[in-house]
Amino acid sequence: MSKFQINRRSLIKSGAAIGAGLALPTIFTSSARAYLNEPKGDTVTLGFNVPQTGPYADEGLDELRAQELAVQHLNGEGDGGMLNTFSSKALKGNGILGKKVQFVTGDTQTKSDAARASAKSMIEKDGAIMINGGSSSGVAVAVQGLCQEAGVIFMAGLTHSNDTTGKDKKANGFRHFFNAYMSGAALAPVLAKAYGTDRRAYHLTADYTWGWTQQESIATATEAMGWETVNNVLTPLASTDFSSYIAPVLNSGADVLILNHYGGNMVNSLTNAVQFGLRDKMVNGKQFEIIVPLYSELMAAGAGANVRGVYGSMNWNWQLQDEGSKAFVKSFGEKYGRPPSNSAHTCYVQTLLYADAVERAGTFDPCGVVEALEGFEFDGMGNGPTLYRADDHQCFKDVLVMKGADNPTNEYDTLEIVEVTPRAQVEYAPDHPMFAGGDLGKCNSGA
Amino acid sequence: MDAIILQVLNGLDKGSAYALIALGLTLIFGTLGVVNFAHGALFMLGSFCAVTLQKLLSLSFTVEDPTQKDFLGNPLKVDTPYIVSWFGDATGNAILNWSVPLAILFAIPVMLLVGYVMERGLIKHFYKRPHADQILVTFGLAIVIQEIVKYFYGANPIPTPAPDVFRGSVDFGVMIGFAQNEIIYPYWRLVYFLFSAVIIGAVFAFLRFTTFGMVVRAGMADRETVGLLGINIDKRFTIMFGIAAAVAGLAGVMYAPINSPNYHMGMDFLVLSFVVVVVGGMGSLPGAVLAGFLLGILESFASMNEVKSIIPGIDQIIIYLVAIIILLTRPRGLMGRKGVMEE
Repeated sequence: MSKFQINRRSLIKSGAAIGAGLALPTIFTSSARAYLNEPKGDTVTLGFNVPQTGPYADEGLDELRAQELAVQHLNGEGDGGMLNTFSSKALKGNGILGKKVQFVTGDTQTKSDAARASAKSMIEKDGAIMINGGSSSGVAVAVQGLCQEAGVIFMAGLTHSNDTTGKDKKANGFRHFFNAYMSGAALAPVLAKAYGTDRRAYHLTADYTWGWTQQESIATATEAMGWETVNNVLTPLASTDFSSYIAPVLNSGADVLILNHYGGNMVNSLTNAVQFGLRDKMVNGKQFEIIVPLYSELMAAGAGANVRGVYGSMNWNWQLQDEGSKAFVKSFGEKYGRPPSNSAHTCYVQTLLYADAVERAGTFDPCGVVEALEGFEFDGMGNGPTLYRADDHQCFKDVLVMKGADNPTNEYDTLEIVEVTPRAQVEYAPDHPMFAGGDLGKCNSGA
Repeated sequence: MDAIILQVLNGLDKGSAYALIALGLTLIFGTLGVVNFAHGALFMLGSFCAVTLQKLLSLSFTVEDPTQKDFLGNPLKVDTPYIVSWFGDATGNAILNWSVPLAILFAIPVMLLVGYVMERGLIKHFYKRPHADQILVTFGLAIVIQEIVKYFYGANPIPTPAPDVFRGSVDFGVMIGFAQNEIIYPYWRLVYFLFSAVIIGAVFAFLRFTTFGMVVRAGMADRETVGLLGINIDKRFTIMFGIAAAVAGLAGVMYAPINSPNYHMGMDFLVLSFVVVVVGGMGSLPGAVLAGFLLGILESFASMNEVKSIIPGIDQIIIYLVAIIILLTRPRGLMGRKGVMEE
């Protein structure tokens, strides 16, 4: 039977050994976790979080096509697309910082909880260092919050609510897409020119964050032009038949109906409004008009002939003739046989902007990327000279005013560009009341 | 007054869809005792019958037009439907224009077949299982049907317009003695209401005045005794499942011009239709129709600004509120029979 003896020397030895043992993982961790998901091998993983199921699945599919194309261009495959027209020349077509780009995808289902779960999975299980995509402001705000907590960069997809870069802005989140304020600022002068300054507008508004900010923005902008807001009726997001909400418009004294709806809501409310003969009516001695402040190509196609002559706004459209847009449309069109949507464009551009920021920063560290993107000015991406404003991480660029085409020749040219509104007209102060209440906070690298 | 009449019209229109779906649900429940959660999917399939016929009639050959360019700068490919090429511009375009009404003829055999296959292939195996099992399997089936439709047609709504002659709206007020432009209502919605009334009447007449219908009604009342008389009641009930599927399908076909069909539209109606069935009384066909129109009208009135200003959000809960009140005061629903789902 052996004896177990403890003396001073053995105690110090053992203590030192145990101490070193305990410290060892921490030493490794601190070097491994300079920041979350630091790429160790010769690849880097990006996470594309788009709606792959649910009512926005087609829009998500288009985003995914664009993201895949962006990855190809970053890796030096294909014709390079907008890399050839991008004003920054940091990207060389050899991946990002020499690492080949690969990607994983998640399904947001256009539900905040599902979107957070898929983003979390891509960050924790797949090691995604950046999350990009989405087709809803509710989802964008939720995923942006998650990315801030986790310590990765969020490059938002289609999100148009003022809140994304307003009260819900985060240091790790960046939005290239335009917002509701910009839609109002771009649309109002065109509407005043087309329909006059003496108009009475009736609003139907989707009852959630995007609808509220859209309604506030367009009402403020049109009232500044002299229009009167007769009524604003909130409609449940789950509504499919809007006839009960349209019927009161007929005898309200309004001569304009503004549909602050998106997606399936927009398709149905616009279709119902046209069925009720609103566009054939004369009210107050004027032709009754309908306005859809936010357009998307897919939804315009869904509404068919009902969009003809209806004004709206977009972030970008494939019919633009600048070199960047032409290069992107050519790449996308040759690969997929169809022109890209504006949600595809924003996801493509966001992916390139992220990669470019990493190259310029010389690191994947989110805090380095944030620094590189803040105040970054660029051109050649389809919207003219653009600024990523440091104060709120919102891109400032030209905005498109669109109108439903009178004689579309195919399913892709249902909308036509009426005006490219210059950036100066849609800019606002960082402390504008519609964007008040938020705080970017500090960047989080997840270390 | 004009606002009230408008909302009554809206309610009758919404109620038409609820009543048709609830009628089919009740037919299936009353005959086979199955709670069919796939019934909304049958409504959606009906709409997609209209979409499919529209696509079939629009099948085209392509000719390159060098005078026009596509988005990549290549010569534009112009599609000409075969039907226009074969029958000439006037007749070909008229056939295309009337694709939704024509889809009724297309949908009847398709939906009868879908109903028959569904019942023989899956649902008959669940007759003796608890209602919870039936709900689970039919709900699962609804999701499968949805995903199949999405795979082939995508998630985006597909415009399926009514014939030109029924587009736009009619001055309904003038017809009933109001001044011009006071009550404007879409043509197609009036057509939908009339169509629903005809279908509902036809189903009742079929059950009331045909031998087949009388046997079915006898089977609904006492299945065992009818079986003892040597009548193959199971076969007749299977046919009734097909008829119920066809009724839901026809409701879907005619609904296509009202809201562009999408793969999810069945689910939007399903829950409401179940509430309609419960409010009407499980197993009661007149109850289903009555409750459909009643809830449709109440839902429309609850959407009025005047009502919402008194009770905000009432438009979102009115149907469920009414269901609770009716079930508290009349537990069997408006016209429910004793003994149905009470064992």
